[in-house]
Amino acid sequence: MARTLTFHIFRYNPQDADDAPHMDTFVLDETESMTLFIALNRIREEQDASLQFDFCCRAGVCGSCAMVVNGRPTLACHTKTADYPAEITLLPLPFFKLVGDLSVDTGTWFREMYQRVESWIHTDIEFDSNEQEARMENDVANAIYELDRCIECGCCVAACGTARMRQDFLGAVALNRIARFIVDPRDKRSDAEYFHIIGNDQGIFGCMGLLACEDVCPKELPLQDQLGYLRRKAALTAIGRKGPKNPQLP
Amino acid sequence: MLTFYTDLLCIGAGLAGERCAVEAAGAGFEVVCLSLVPARRSHSCCAQGGMQAALGNCAMGEGDCPDIHFQDTVKGSDWGADQEVAWLFAEAAPVEMRRLAHWGVPWNRVEPGVHTYYKGGKPFEKEELEENRGLIHARAFGGTAKWRTCYASDGTGHSVLYTMDNRAAQLGVQVHDRTEVISLIHDDGNCLGAVARSLRTGELVVYMARATLIASGGFGRIYRNSTNAVINDGGAHIAALDTGVVPLGNMEAVQFHPTGIVPTDILVTEGCRGDGGTLLDKDLHRFMPDYEPEKAELASRDVVSRRMTEHMRKGKGVPSPYGDHLWLDIRHLGEKHIRTKLREVDEICQYFLGIDPVKSLIPVRPTQHYSMGGIRTNKDGAAYGLSGLFSAGESACWDMHGFNRLGGNSLAETVVAGGIVGKKIVEFLKGSEVSFPTGIVREQVTKDRERIDALIKGEHGHENVYDVREAMFDVLEYAAGIYRNGDDLERGVGELQEIHERANRIGLKTNGLGANPELALALKMPGMVRLALCVTYGALMRTESRGSHTREDYPERNDRDWLSRTLATWKEGASLPNLTYEDASPVYTLPPGDRGYGGGKIIPRDAAKEDK
Ligand SMILES: Cc1cc2nc3c(=O)[nH]c(=O)nc-3n(C[C@H](O)[C@H](O)[C@H](O)COP(=O)(O)OP(=O)(O)OC[C@H]3O[C@@H](n4cnc5c(N)ncnc54)[C@H](O)[C@@H]3O)c2cc1C
Ligand code: SF4
Ligand code: SF4
Ligand code: FES
Repeated sequence: MARTLTFHIFRYNPQDADDAPHMDTFVLDETESMTLFIALNRIREEQDASLQFDFCCRAGVCGSCAMVVNGRPTLACHTKTADYPAEITLLPLPFFKLVGDLSVDTGTWFREMYQRVESWIHTDIEFDSNEQEARMENDVANAIYELDRCIECGCCVAACGTARMRQDFLGAVALNRIARFIVDPRDKRSDAEYFHIIGNDQGIFGCMGLLACEDVCPKELPLQDQLGYLRRKAALTAIGRKGPKNPQLP
Repeated sequence: MLTFYTDLLCIGAGLAGERCAVEAAGAGFEVVCLSLVPARRSHSCCAQGGMQAALGNCAMGEGDCPDIHFQDTVKGSDWGADQEVAWLFAEAAPVEMRRLAHWGVPWNRVEPGVHTYYKGGKPFEKEELEENRGLIHARAFGGTAKWRTCYASDGTGHSVLYTMDNRAAQLGVQVHDRTEVISLIHDDGNCLGAVARSLRTGELVVYMARATLIASGGFGRIYRNSTNAVINDGGAHIAALDTGVVPLGNMEAVQFHPTGIVPTDILVTEGCRGDGGTLLDKDLHRFMPDYEPEKAELASRDVVSRRMTEHMRKGKGVPSPYGDHLWLDIRHLGEKHIRTKLREVDEICQYFLGIDPVKSLIPVRPTQHYSMGGIRTNKDGAAYGLSGLFSAGESACWDMHGFNRLGGNSLAETVVAGGIVGKKIVEFLKGSEVSFPTGIVREQVTKDRERIDALIKGEHGHENVYDVREAMFDVLEYAAGIYRNGDDLERGVGELQEIHERANRIGLKTNGLGANPELALALKMPGMVRLALCVTYGALMRTESRGSHTREDYPERNDRDWLSRTLATWKEGASLPNLTYEDASPVYTLPPGDRGYGGGKIIPRDAAKEDK
């Protein structure tokens, strides 16, 4: 115990004309059960009140605090300093627009993403408040839930080689979103309609399949299965055959 | 200056804000939601347990109906709730859950057959009926007569918020995220919109709206230790209070949850104790049976929190760099149970504490959890004091929770109230025309800009914002925590008044440029102290114990003198809130009686008045 930690932190405030991107170093005594949430707040409160970073739930469920910790995109709030060497380097997520220091604008990118994939149930059934709910098998509900667990943290996109080369790439997160709606019987879109959105180089054919996305996903979503499934289904849909069943379904 | 005009301005894009937005957008009105963070990161996404609605689909929920839900809610509130509102809520909740199913929430569903469930750590069997196959399932929660908490695995809030935000996007609702409201724009009787600060650039932005909704969640972050997201700091409550005419209701009613983990105060579910977990002190002694021989760890939330605090005050807490705590022991439940039924607890322990709950004790302490108080509205969600201003969700005192809210009732409240208030807002928009006097807008913006300039230049002093906040935390901790008494409250009020003065002398250490976080906190710090004063002063004046409000010097629930709701307003330049009172409920469908748990003495409504 009682280590002294050295943090190397990326600094840049784009709103300050006198500022330029650089690294700052902060030194802190480690305490028991210290997480990056605790460490960064202490640095801000005790050493530099201008340090920008994003935390919200600080419990690993809201997706606010993704950053690159010693080279790897991850959620800072559930990163314990004890699991790291005494020198820790923090960088903002690449790919997203920088707000300042460790803070990036994921909100705008994700909202555009879900507008592009039309991330909502498409149906012409009207809701009737006098009716009992439409029934659904529990297995199906669980399968949807498994794919619904994405917290839009951006780690997968930040780690993705394709996304780094083409800004318009939808990313594993959007492909997973489409897969979520394909397994949902309430969404009446046809296979052709789904593949109109993702059957191109911005979507499923841009993916190089190296799976950095799944490696870094803090929610351990089955991104690999979903990418493979969508690719095969896309090919079969193109030649007019019905695609395979999603591996997530019972 | 960037200025937006819209029909409805929602301050907050959590479940309550977006549910109202969806209602208004569905009726053809233009809606803008503001949020400190992307909509989907709002605190609603953190709720794991579920939401209550009397659907009665599952075996343990058989025979459930809105009437029983209503009774549980009113008892839970310790008769502090508005019973008309509690009824509106219980009746509408089932329809809202079905609507959410229609919009895409993957609710857990009934699977017919014999299932093993747990109660008090012991398994029992129950058969789910074939005729209910595929309907929405429910789980058990504290203080409810039936199992009625609908859930989507361990991520109910997440799934429901994502579904709601999808729906909002589909209807063209705009969300301006990283935008923080710092004041309301109003003339003598009407709310006209809000002034906000961009958390990207630091610029001020004006929003003019025909109707304004505050749905900004709780203000738990005025306390040092809270399960709330770090953004729940009461910024929009402050904007409402600073109008001088909009009252906050029952601010002294603050809920504490027994098991926040140390150091980060992340919540571990009540299910741990429900399934047979125990609480231990520094000598590894199980102390709850000493205080509550019958219910022990399974007494109600407020009761367990009180006993834990009492025990730590006797010096039985475990010292740590983060203050004293107690232990939660679930080791005896066994690896299988913990890794499956308590998967989320397992993950929290592994990720945040680096311990394995199968082998180790979990450090816990009671932690601020929920704000029953908030912007006082009538049953339509209209705020008192200003026409065109509404509030819904945790930020509002709509008042179906009174002095203690039941688990599973607040997430349900966000969508039910959102639906009801949303409809009322649509009616209001259909019947209203407003003009926006530019003079009033300019005046408010100038005032806000001058505050910012003064902070950057250190015109009023050089107090450190974090020191001021720590001082406020200290006072709330000893004076307005789980146990309260006249002496501490009185000292607390006095100290907070001094801290308020200091808060007005804050100066920045940084340049304040861009999204500067020090400036964001400094701007709301005096307001946060005002909220703390509403809590503390309200608690000092309320000389009784009701629900979560416990006065050691007034242990009885006093229906004779205090079957009432506190209303706090703040006149500009004042050093204390102005308190008035109104009846807790316009009607008593369920006459005040014993809650049936955590019992204490009650002074009945019709008891003879004492000479004062
Ligand atoms: C850990 C935890 C678990 C919980 N679990 C449950 C549960 O299982 N069941 C249950 O019923 N309840 C639960 N609750 C309570 C419940 O989650 C909340 O009461 C509810 O989600 C509040 O929703 P809301 O829409 O009112 O506000 P929120 O979801 O908190 O949204 C507030 C919105 O307002 C915005 N905002 C705030 N201030 C400003 C400002 N100044 N300017 C602009 N925007 C602003 C925020 O950015 C956000 O978008 C839990 C609470 C906690 C803390
Ligand atoms: S597998 Fe595809 S989506 Fe995932 S990181 Fe690689 S290129 Fe990106
Ligand atoms: S798929 Fe995983 S890594 Fe990607 S945004 Fe969602 S939770 Fe984050
Ligand atoms: S702060 Fe919410 S995931 Fe880290």
